Amino acid sequence: MINYFDPKTQLNSNTITSDLNTRDLGTPEIFSDTQVTLDIDGVSVTVAEGTSVLRAAALVDINIPKLCASDNLEAFGSCRLCTVSIEGMRGMPASCTTPVREGMKVQTQNAELAKLRRNVMELYISDHPLDCLTCPANGDCELQDMAGVVGLRDVRYGFEGENHLDAPTDSSNPYFSFDASKCIVCSRCVRACEEVQGTFALTVDGRGFDSKISAGQNNDFIDSDCVSCGACVQACPTATLMEKSVIEQGLPDHSIITTCAYCGVGCSFRADMQGEKVIRMVPDKNGQANQGHSCVKGRFAFGYATHKDRITSPMIRESIDDPWQEVSWQEALDFAANKLRSIQKNHGRNSIGAITSSRCTNEETYLVQKLVRAAFNNNNVDTCARVCHSPTGYGLKATLNESAGTQTFASVLEADVILVIGANPTDAHPVFASLLKRRLRQGAKLIIVDPRNIDLVDSPHTKADYHLKLRPGTNVAVLNAMANVIVSENLLDQNFIESRCDDAAFQQWKTHIEDPRHSPENTAEITGVDATQLRASARLYAKANNGAIYYGLGVTEHSQGSSSVMGIANLALATGNIGREGVGVNPLRGQNNVQGACDMGSFPHELPGYRHISDQVTRHLFEKEWNVELDHEPGLRIPNMFESAIHGHFKGLYCQGEDIAQSDPNTQHVQQALTSMECIIVQDIFLNETAKYAHVFLPGSSFMEKNGTFTNAERRISRVRKLMQPLAGKEDWQVTVALAKTLGYEMDYQHPSEIMDEIARLTPTFHGVSYEKLDQLGSIQWPCNEQSPEGTPIMHTHDFVGNLGKFALTEYIATPEKVNKRFPLLLTTGRILSQYNVGAQTRRTDNQIWHDEDKLEIHPNDAEDRGIKTGDWVGIASRAGTTALRALVSERMQPGVVYTTFHHPLSGANVVTTNNSDWATNCPEYKVTAVQASLVTEPSQWQADYRRFSDRQHKFLSEASSTRDNTK
Amino acid sequence: MTNSTSQSSMLQPLTHLVNLSQPLSLKEYIREGGYQGAKKALRELQPAEVLAIISDSNLKGRGGAGFPTGMKWSCVPMFEADDVNAPEHKYLVCNADEMEPGTFKDRMLMEGVPHQLVEAMIISAYTIGADKAYIFLRGEYHLSAKRLQQAIDEAYSENWLGKNIQGTNYQLDLYVHTSAGRYICGEETALINALEGKRAIPRAKPPFPQVSGLFGKPTVVNNVETFCNIPHIIKNGADWFKQLSPKSDAGTKIYAACGRVKTPGLWELPMGVTIRELLYGHAGGMADGLKLKGLLPGGASTDFLLPEHLDTPMDFDSIAKAGSRLGTGGLIVLDDQNCPVGMVLNLIRFFAQESCGWCTPCRDGTPWAVEILTRIENGQGQARDLDDLANLCDFMWLGKTHCALAPGAVEPLKSALKYFHDDFEQHIDKGCCPYSGSHSPSEIASNVAQACGGHAHG
Repeated sequence: MINYFDPKTQLNSNTITSDLNTRDLGTPEIFSDTQVTLDIDGVSVTVAEGTSVLRAAALVDINIPKLCASDNLEAFGSCRLCTVSIEGMRGMPASCTTPVREGMKVQTQNAELAKLRRNVMELYISDHPLDCLTCPANGDCELQDMAGVVGLRDVRYGFEGENHLDAPTDSSNPYFSFDASKCIVCSRCVRACEEVQGTFALTVDGRGFDSKISAGQNNDFIDSDCVSCGACVQACPTATLMEKSVIEQGLPDHSIITTCAYCGVGCSFRADMQGEKVIRMVPDKNGQANQGHSCVKGRFAFGYATHKDRITSPMIRESIDDPWQEVSWQEALDFAANKLRSIQKNHGRNSIGAITSSRCTNEETYLVQKLVRAAFNNNNVDTCARVCHSPTGYGLKATLNESAGTQTFASVLEADVILVIGANPTDAHPVFASLLKRRLRQGAKLIIVDPRNIDLVDSPHTKADYHLKLRPGTNVAVLNAMANVIVSENLLDQNFIESRCDDAAFQQWKTHIEDPRHSPENTAEITGVDATQLRASARLYAKANNGAIYYGLGVTEHSQGSSSVMGIANLALATGNIGREGVGVNPLRGQNNVQGACDMGSFPHELPGYRHISDQVTRHLFEKEWNVELDHEPGLRIPNMFESAIHGHFKGLYCQGEDIAQSDPNTQHVQQALTSMECIIVQDIFLNETAKYAHVFLPGSSFMEKNGTFTNAERRISRVRKLMQPLAGKEDWQVTVALAKTLGYEMDYQHPSEIMDEIARLTPTFHGVSYEKLDQLGSIQWPCNEQSPEGTPIMHTHDFVGNLGKFALTEYIATPEKVNKRFPLLLTTGRILSQYNVGAQTRRTDNQIWHDEDKLEIHPNDAEDRGIKTGDWVGIASRAGTTALRALVSERMQPGVVYTTFHHPLSGANVVTTNNSDWATNCPEYKVTAVQASLVTEPSQWQADYRRFSDRQHKFLSEASSTRDNTK
Repeated sequence: MTNSTSQSSMLQPLTHLVNLSQPLSLKEYIREGGYQGAKKALRELQPAEVLAIISDSNLKGRGGAGFPTGMKWSCVPMFEADDVNAPEHKYLVCNADEMEPGTFKDRMLMEGVPHQLVEAMIISAYTIGADKAYIFLRGEYHLSAKRLQQAIDEAYSENWLGKNIQGTNYQLDLYVHTSAGRYICGEETALINALEGKRAIPRAKPPFPQVSGLFGKPTVVNNVETFCNIPHIIKNGADWFKQLSPKSDAGTKIYAACGRVKTPGLWELPMGVTIRELLYGHAGGMADGLKLKGLLPGGASTDFLLPEHLDTPMDFDSIAKAGSRLGTGGLIVLDDQNCPVGMVLNLIRFFAQESCGWCTPCRDGTPWAVEILTRIENGQGQARDLDDLANLCDFMWLGKTHCALAPGAVEPLKSALKYFHDDFEQHIDKGCCPYSGSHSPSEIASNVAQACGGHAHG
């Protein structure tokens, strides 16, 4: 029984669940219109045709013993424990592999079955260590449970036969170990790796008694293709695959369901705890976004939350050349408030602003924008979505009338043709990628538009049907060419267009797009994409029963990011691929709460629910609720804040949970802006890069230390539940409340649920959302209101939020960032599986072993031209700046294109990126920078300066700590 | 092959054209009456009509299980040419992974008259509507692979394979796939997995391959010998086929005899010939000085029978009634100077090694049988070992394991415990093997191998 938090009755207590094991029904759920009724042990059961006897029995609480079966894996029938007797059937069939039949009579217990099951257990135990009491799985071992269930009392074969008791343990993975001596070769791990994760890293090596689980070709786990998603550990019924944290600390005593704070998939996790200590994070079987799956980050990389680098005391200083001074919360807040008010007094009301975080909760984000609008009395609030998915907000609003993805993740299981543009799901959205790959293995077709050979292009048992390997920066030209094919070859869905779309806009678009200048042949020179391949791809997508588009930052982070998003929406409208399962336009959000941060009114021109600040009715609604007059002029966007700071107008910034100094483009420009300000207040869990330029440091709380909600890429609002008390004493929302109060603006909340109640009151798409309903339903996809009280999994099923779909004109205009003799290569940036964003979290975990430095990936041709070999130090120079990285020569790149990640601050990836940005939203053009790469012998000047500056700031931090120690 | 050329082609349809030194070319094969069955089927008969003839003929699978071929084929879903629900492909697969110890009949058919199998597969594929066919061949059968490929190449060049076969609308591609070598590949679903490039593990049934087989598409798998009957049945009719045998199991059967008999070898005889006739009439009886102690009638995975069963006809039903299985029809004899415990140990060691390792009873149970038998054979057995062996046999019996490998593995053991109980007890009581030192298990193995290999070409 899981008891959730009820703010009315259980203020400030934890939510506790007593059962560690959610019930496993043995085989996956089957959906069928035909129902079958059978008799199991005299109980009549009616289930969908195709359901296994094992599952049918479990549904009426008849629990047949089992070891190799699990309801997230296809049945195989290898352990032979779940055997039953069925009237009219020979022998004792395995109930997991036997489908139900009408009128079937099943017996799950009799003397012969008991004997058979005991025989099976006898064989297992005759080759298994008898160290239950000291085994880490003691109390959480299915083998142990089954030995009990079948009543095993004796092993007649003895323990002296041929055995595997001396088989070695593979401890190479930092998070789990593989103790082969305890393996019962049930293959659940192998099947989980194949069926759930889709990596195929594990196999069974050898045959007969020599069968053993092998990572790769008898590699250690760490040297195999294993991606450490944890699915095998989850699947293992014994102590063979076990979290090291459990081996070291013992089994958890209670669990709390919460939501992962990494990517935009928003996986639901069961935090297994001992007291306030998280022992392990296990993907929640009932999690509607992840359906019991996880990736290496959410599953294992949570140690950062209690890392020694956590700062737990507020700190202040007059100048960034001063050491930090640890102070009380009130001192820090007074210091900050005085600074902000004095800046406003001297430089005007608009001289300060704030940046909300896509990693914080909806409630926290909401409060920061409220603070800006109500207490700063301006609209200078922006969010990190500015630098990732702002074009999605703009582009989808303009075409589909709502700034959000249209589907659930599970919808991909109904897609027939999947178009992935500028996204690398296996690295950035791994849990969704597993779902996608499952669909591909079922036979769906895949088109990839990406300059690089990302893993999805060719991975085990899945392969892209087309890979349109475009030149970076030419998305719009490719999308237009696809649209041109659809129009000129008459592949339009006329019915859909006539009934669901604005005709004038369509006619205008049609005339525009059918012009031969957009044809694949005429754009091939720009895009580098073969016209035949492009035509075939367009046809495949247009003719699909269900065509679904998934895109990422490779679409948005361009000078024409918004045009690309609209181009994608055009394709979906033109082919009628919207408004039902299996289709849609799906932005893959980078951070856990990008969607939520945007929903919560983080943009300078929009109040929560994407309503323009100039709209009087909406503004009055908020003015009444907040008891304050609101400015009707939009405020500054992040890049405008920087510009304004450099010009001496913008002087004070409250930055919550973001690291603009590392994540924003043109680092030197950002640094100049930061050093131009008088008061920077950083609220974070670590002394991040931005905090090194700060005057006030307010210690933040990790997702484990607070209550709230995150909204993932599916518009799914999920609860974040407090696992432990905040290390610094305050949850982030409490800090904002306290800062507001110090500034003279009262915010009166006892619990984040009250903040959500306010959001729901003020926002039509959230009217029906409450913590109570979230606890009931598990999660809710907005819009959730009177029309759809339980939320909206699929959007635009009948209309586009009361409107017609609008085709948008998307003329291709080349980016001003061009290659020339000086800068002949195009740099594009991205991320990898094991690290997350600026790396502040993952760099403080064992994930470091997979990626402890950013490297420059370069095609062999380009490398040879420059005499570069893998491992060489390479200087990368752009019009904005210069940095140096080690080279990785790789055929994943196309000639002329280089790539790096930005997970490590010293890498200075963003020293190189430029100020170019999207025409509509100022989203930076991270994906296209003209650079030169050449061998170097030392770090760049910027890197040398950075190291000096950073060392000095760390010294200031350690001095602050020592002051505190002395005073104690 | 012995005795083949002197017999009429109508009495030994499968083997009368066998020439192990130089098989018939396509032209020669046609001159001898080949491809007439295929021509008749493709030109004159609808698939349903071919199926009706095969069903009527009462042909049963010759791979060991004896399942009626017509019934197997009738489970394949059939579609009209323009049916949108029709699968992209249907597959026909020939199980030529002949790994049953003591069995080597398919090898003779493939090496001696490869066109017969090619023709058979054309007709069969046409009947079930398959457009792709595979011969899944035991990896060691290099010569078979070479000769089959030659025959297939010839068939392509003469338009017996490929598009618009012989001017009809029918098309078929036929491939030889050589196995990486596992006994379990003889199990049809393990074979399908192997053919898909996966680990050779039997699949759970249902779904049956006829509905969801190779690459999830409708698939029929039959044994080489089963297929080779098809052209003759089509050419000569079901009634002709039925009258070949005095028993209800129609047609002929290729029988083998090995072990210490006078003339080990292969014979195509009417289905239902008695064990006595096979052993004494064709194999020349036991080698000099030896007496028959027991026999395995259909390969290594069948139950022992005794001299008292010599007059049992070797058809599916009669052998089953006697307490064993016809299996592949490969008779292995046990003489009175060979140790039955050693022989059973040798066999079960083979099966333990060849277990795919997926299901627990087989993976962990067969090694315990080996362990206990080894103990007994070495004179270290205890009285309770016999109970444990009996328990293992019961535990791994048909219907309790994932596939038929483990039940097959314990068939000789179970029957040996019944018929040769005294031998087991003597081992335990005396603390040693009561047979003289000249018959270690490995010697028996080499004896069997020699008999089988040596005379298959003979």
